[in-house]
Amino acid sequence: MTPAELVVGQEVARGTLRVDRARLVRYANASGDQNPIHQDESAALAVGLPGVIAHGMWTMGAAVQVVVDWVGDPGLVVGYSTRFTRPVPVPADGEATPEVVATVGAVNADEGTARIDLDVTLDGSKVLGKAQVVVRV
Amino acid sequence: MPVDPSFVGRVYPSDEPYAVTRAEIAAFAEAVGATHPAHTDPDAARALGHADVVAPPTWAVVVGQRSEAAYVDDPAAGIDFSRVVHAEEKFAYARPIVAGDVLVTTLHVDGVVERAGLAMVTTRVEVADEAGAPVATVTSMLAVRP
Repeated sequence: MTPAELVVGQEVARGTLRVDRARLVRYANASGDQNPIHQDESAALAVGLPGVIAHGMWTMGAAVQVVVDWVGDPGLVVGYSTRFTRPVPVPADGEATPEVVATVGAVNADEGTARIDLDVTLDGSKVLGKAQVVVRV
Repeated sequence: MPVDPSFVGRVYPSDEPYAVTRAEIAAFAEAVGATHPAHTDPDAARALGHADVVAPPTWAVVVGQRSEAAYVDDPAAGIDFSRVVHAEEKFAYARPIVAGDVLVTTLHVDGVVERAGLAMVTTRVEVADEAGAPVATVTSMLAVRP
């Protein structure tokens, strides 16, 4: 792929994330983030949440995968940033399924990079804000 | 106790270097649904020019949050974690992190500002190798309710 092949606004990838509470426990162990609001219903309710929510960092980590698969090498991701705008509640039974759409936000031919913007939504509402991935192309 | 703005500008060096393993990269990749073989198969990673399996793009949060703990867990800083919401996160990579890396972190407290009644706390963790060459920068913003 070269920068010249990319057009701003072009969709490059999309996918559906799948997360249940068992996955949140595995993410907590793998990341070291053991905040109980991501595992324990009573802890989440105690701080005013509707129930257990996904780690924002889980959502951020999972959402970028469509871009990694598209560029074909995780080492080509040189930047990634987001705001956490809305929690992702994860039910006790079943799973939450946020949707990701990745589009070209900008192309920098001089640096050989592209900014890929992620639209990450749950039930039509954005859960990540200004989620931007910079990849070498 | 409110967040103490006098901490801005403080720098916390790494307590000890962090050795990155294949097993922890594989576990993190599985948890976030990162199925690219370069995360788990050393041959697949080498075929792409990497020295060993590659960490997923957000893996640096592991060393980032470990480094941030020296500040956010200090009672004098005034950050009550039951009142904290993660507001923003940013990663910038000088090069990919791979298994076998030994990483050294330096934490900078870049900002404590009030916005809409919340204390917005910005930290920056500079991640380098043992020789001091830059690897990544992890910037995090926490929103702390009064």
